[in-house]
Amino acid sequence: MKKSDIQSIIRTNNLTKQFGDFYAVHNITFDVKVGEIFGFLGANGAGKTTAMRMLCGLSIPSLGEAKIAGFDVYKQTEEIKKNIGYMSQKFSLYEDLTVSENIEFFGGIYGMKRSVITQKRAELLQKLGLTSEKNSLVGSLPLGWKQKLSFSVAIFHQPAIVFLDEPTGGVDPITRRQFWDLIYDASDNGITVFVTTHYMDEAEYCNRVSMMVDGEIKALDSPAALKRTYNAASMDEVFYGLARSAKRSGD
Amino acid sequence: MIDVELQNITKTYEKGKVKAVNKVSFLVERGELFGLIGPDGAGKTSIFRMLTTVLLPDSGKANVNGFDIVEDFKEIRKRVGYMPGKFSLYQDLSVEENLIFFATLFDTTIKENYDLIKDIYVQIEPFKHRRAGKLSGGMKQKLALCCALIHRPKVLFLDEPTTGVDAVSRKEFWEMLKRLKNEGITILVSTPYMDEASLCERIALIQHGEILQVDTPDNIVESFPDDLYKIKSGKMSHLLKKLRISEHVKSAFAFGESHHITLNHSTENLLKELKEKGYEDIEMEKIRPEIEDCFIQITQKNANKELI
Repeated sequence: MKKSDIQSIIRTNNLTKQFGDFYAVHNITFDVKVGEIFGFLGANGAGKTTAMRMLCGLSIPSLGEAKIAGFDVYKQTEEIKKNIGYMSQKFSLYEDLTVSENIEFFGGIYGMKRSVITQKRAELLQKLGLTSEKNSLVGSLPLGWKQKLSFSVAIFHQPAIVFLDEPTGGVDPITRRQFWDLIYDASDNGITVFVTTHYMDEAEYCNRVSMMVDGEIKALDSPAALKRTYNAASMDEVFYGLARSAKRSGD
Repeated sequence: MIDVELQNITKTYEKGKVKAVNKVSFLVERGELFGLIGPDGAGKTSIFRMLTTVLLPDSGKANVNGFDIVEDFKEIRKRVGYMPGKFSLYQDLSVEENLIFFATLFDTTIKENYDLIKDIYVQIEPFKHRRAGKLSGGMKQKLALCCALIHRPKVLFLDEPTTGVDAVSRKEFWEMLKRLKNEGITILVSTPYMDEASLCERIALIQHGEILQVDTPDNIVESFPDDLYKIKSGKMSHLLKKLRISEHVKSAFAFGESHHITLNHSTENLLKELKEKGYEDIEMEKIRPEIEDCFIQITQKNANKELI
């Protein structure tokens, strides 16, 4: 699929998750277009993780609708899982498997053929400059390399969408930028990128950004348009202005 | 007066294979707010653990509040507050029980030092009967800070207190630190967020277990060796690729809404080249570097040295 197809790969309508009388996510309605880099921002406790879990088919919504790559979040959660990639800062790869084994393992999980895995793995190692480290345990790699490898593994099966949950937390400034080069490459190859971050400069690299406050999407637009609307000099100011109004606190 | 002093402190793991901290030396003045700035794996936590006497250095010497970290560890433990990066309170004790527990360990009471923690504690007091494990991230952070302060330490060690915390809570946290500093407490804080460096009086930039530079944020910015420009156009990712291969460009990095670049030749050379390549909407302006620019510049210089 080309970027020019203005087609929604994520489509939600009044998506809601309720725990008792608490609305973790309350009536969120938004679309993400194919090939887009979509920034999903919000303060701690705004409901980002809960929303992401629903979009990944890991949590059934209380109300509302959502289609991910054309699959329904209530009935087709297994199809959703096959068509997405996921990477978080916390769990990335198996530390006691080698670089090569990790790639093979995740390729296998997603049902890729052994011959395809072998060929694509060689390409990937070359691209990341990790060929000489292919038999090293992942646990022995520096964090920056781990995160780059982890992202590449998350898109190894060429998913329609990749979900990135704070992928660059704690990573050094140069590696953080190399990581975004990989994100741009993925997006150029037609993979839709759905990303959360606490670095506001990274919000600028997204095509569009949504801001969640207290379980609701309070703003959604391109970074440039958001800055105009909120008369702010930076995304940091936009974020601060919106998140300060939050009633909830914490995770 | 010096409150924390490190001389050639070295710490290795796995029988010397992993050099976590390599001959690190720096000084922190009494009452100073000092930042240790660097990415994960730089050695920040190892330094904090040695200074709080929970880990022994391989070699080198260090003093905290006038006491040697190896010989006088018991004295140091009475005098320092430590908030580790990982939440380390008792999850199944309530907020209030945790605080009482730590006060009792240090032979004091909440009442005795309440004035010091009051501003922070009032924000979590409505939840004082809640178990610590059930608190939100922001509240856990506030409770951990209260517990680290309850014995009125002379030196406070905060290991990445704002990691994973959103921009609003981070601002609030730094406000709290400024108030504590005004109480005369020496504060050592580490962070991977470069933008927080400017909130410290002095900082040490650290990577791969080595100190890159120690100074005030202003002096570090002043020592940036080149003229720095921000540049933007309609097609930012294309522009970045173009800049990276231009002979006129020394360095080019994405920095939010613009790219930051340093040059080999004049600005006119670059602007002419870009115009020839079809960029009509270039905006370029000389700017003052941020700490992140400095960090990138120094680490890149070191990486080049290694290659040679």
